[in-house]
Amino acid sequence: MLFNKQLERRWNVCQKCGHHFKLGAAQRIELLADSRSFTEIDAEMTSSDPLRFVDSKPYPERIAAAQAKSGHRDAVVTGDAAIAGIPVVLAVMDFEFMGGSMGSVVGEKITRAAERAFAERKPLVVVAASGGARMQEGTIALMQMAKIVSALARLDAAGTPYLSVLTDPTTGGVLASFASLGDIILAEPGALIGFSGARVTSETIGEKLPKGFQRAEFLLEHGFVDQVVPRTQLKERIAFFLGAFRVAGQDLRWSL
Amino acid sequence: MLDRIGPLRDGAKASLEDALGLGNARRVEKNGHLAIEAGLITDASAFASARPTAWQAVQAARHIGRPHALDIIARAFDRFQELHGDRAFRDDPAIVGGIAELAGRPVVVIGQQKGASTEENIERNFGMPYPEGYRKAMRLYRLAEKFHLPLVTLIDTPGAYPGPEAEERGQAEAIASSIHRMTRLATPIVAVVLGEGGSGGALALGVADVVLALENATYSVISPEGCAAILWRSAAEAERAAEAMKLAGPDLLETGVVDALIREPAGGAHTDHDATAAAIKTALVAQLERLTRVPIADLLSLRYERFRAFGAIVEPGTEVVQAPPMPWWRRALRSPLRRGRR
Repeated sequence: MLFNKQLERRWNVCQKCGHHFKLGAAQRIELLADSRSFTEIDAEMTSSDPLRFVDSKPYPERIAAAQAKSGHRDAVVTGDAAIAGIPVVLAVMDFEFMGGSMGSVVGEKITRAAERAFAERKPLVVVAASGGARMQEGTIALMQMAKIVSALARLDAAGTPYLSVLTDPTTGGVLASFASLGDIILAEPGALIGFSGARVTSETIGEKLPKGFQRAEFLLEHGFVDQVVPRTQLKERIAFFLGAFRVAGQDLRWSL
Repeated sequence: MLDRIGPLRDGAKASLEDALGLGNARRVEKNGHLAIEAGLITDASAFASARPTAWQAVQAARHIGRPHALDIIARAFDRFQELHGDRAFRDDPAIVGGIAELAGRPVVVIGQQKGASTEENIERNFGMPYPEGYRKAMRLYRLAEKFHLPLVTLIDTPGAYPGPEAEERGQAEAIASSIHRMTRLATPIVAVVLGEGGSGGALALGVADVVLALENATYSVISPEGCAAILWRSAAEAERAAEAMKLAGPDLLETGVVDALIREPAGGAHTDHDATAAAIKTALVAQLERLTRVPIADLLSLRYERFRAFGAIVEPGTEVVQAPPMPWWRRALRSPLRRGRR
């Protein structure tokens, strides 16, 4: 029997088996950012309903329910932070909010985070947790992939570090855009990471998928992530890479 | 070569609008562009009551007799020489590409290729590329940039292939990288959605300066069946999902995802491949004629702005912010005569 308090103290990692349970954005920020260093930006941004989308419920009702459930306005929290003393722009997704799906708000906030990192020459760290693009925003959600990647491409050309952390789950349009483009890509143990949902893939080939398919270790083996890092070591590992890249920069700033 | 993109240079918009021939109707008239403009639809209200339903568009876009990439390349382009392989794993038959001439101008053309029969479709994997298909495309993007050739992409895919081998070889990474390359590719890019614009697998060829679509083409974040299965818990609700996702031509004009629609022959593109290809050719020639006159640095800034503008957000103290219903880049595509002198 696992007690929530015990889990929380260990950042939602099971002390017995090492299983990584999902971690909300607030806790994730507490895990990664130096104490009291995080200042949220664009906190009030919410999505409008560009398509007036209705399935079994209207989209605005789904947003309202997700806001009540998660305590966030949408599926990502962004802000300025310091990681082991190094100032960064940090974006953390929260799977609790409509499966971490990427609509206009996720697209806009991460794009602004990348533009802020570009303007201030600060590294960008993005923690992904998402089922993919948000269907309720149709092609506008799809275009967020190009929007975010455009901003990341500028960051890349400017020589400013971008670290991508993949957590459970990171799939669909999020993995097929910004999450796969980090200078360094780290993944949490056991995280589900893939382009298409395992169900779709299994239906496509009409057979069961091998054990461990689309898990973080599978991606490591196939060469698509740099390291699988346990949550308890994540902060120091990020700090190590940021420190290494920082040394390479001119004048202790990230070069243009 | 360009190594950074700054904010949009003062006057870049003006230089583009100038290059687009606005305010210079007579020149446009002389070299025949007037007729070209008449074939493009830039305003959803042009459909009035004849607006097709989303499901009609889905079916037309998937019609097996619809002209596919090679049908269009054979008719709209000259002297096409196909180039094969990604130089890493294999040649993906679901993506074709090479060098061709468009009205005498050498270009790189890349398209997703569906089959016209079941057998052909099996060979082409129903137009669903593997990662190596996108890596082949990226190799050709680089050729285009290196040799200053404009790039034309023809989009027609249900989506990138979702099989286990595709996952093993990094489908998501290939799509992400393809999008990344296109955002900064230093050459003019025009994309045309021929049939199905299926999600990320379509967008991987779709980050262009001008995005056109055939009248009955669709562009969507997920297939109607996939959306229905998730949100309605029944693939049978695909028709409703298609309607809700606003994936048909007029919707795409309204959201700005597509800049202009190319008219199909009466009865649909499948009834007349020659006429369809001719309409696409005229549109491509006109757009490239314009885009190649814009300085590359401006073009890249404008490409950034084009995709930067998508989003529908609300922030306190601001009105509802949406992509403008008629962004300036689409205004610039409209008939110079209708626009009049600046």
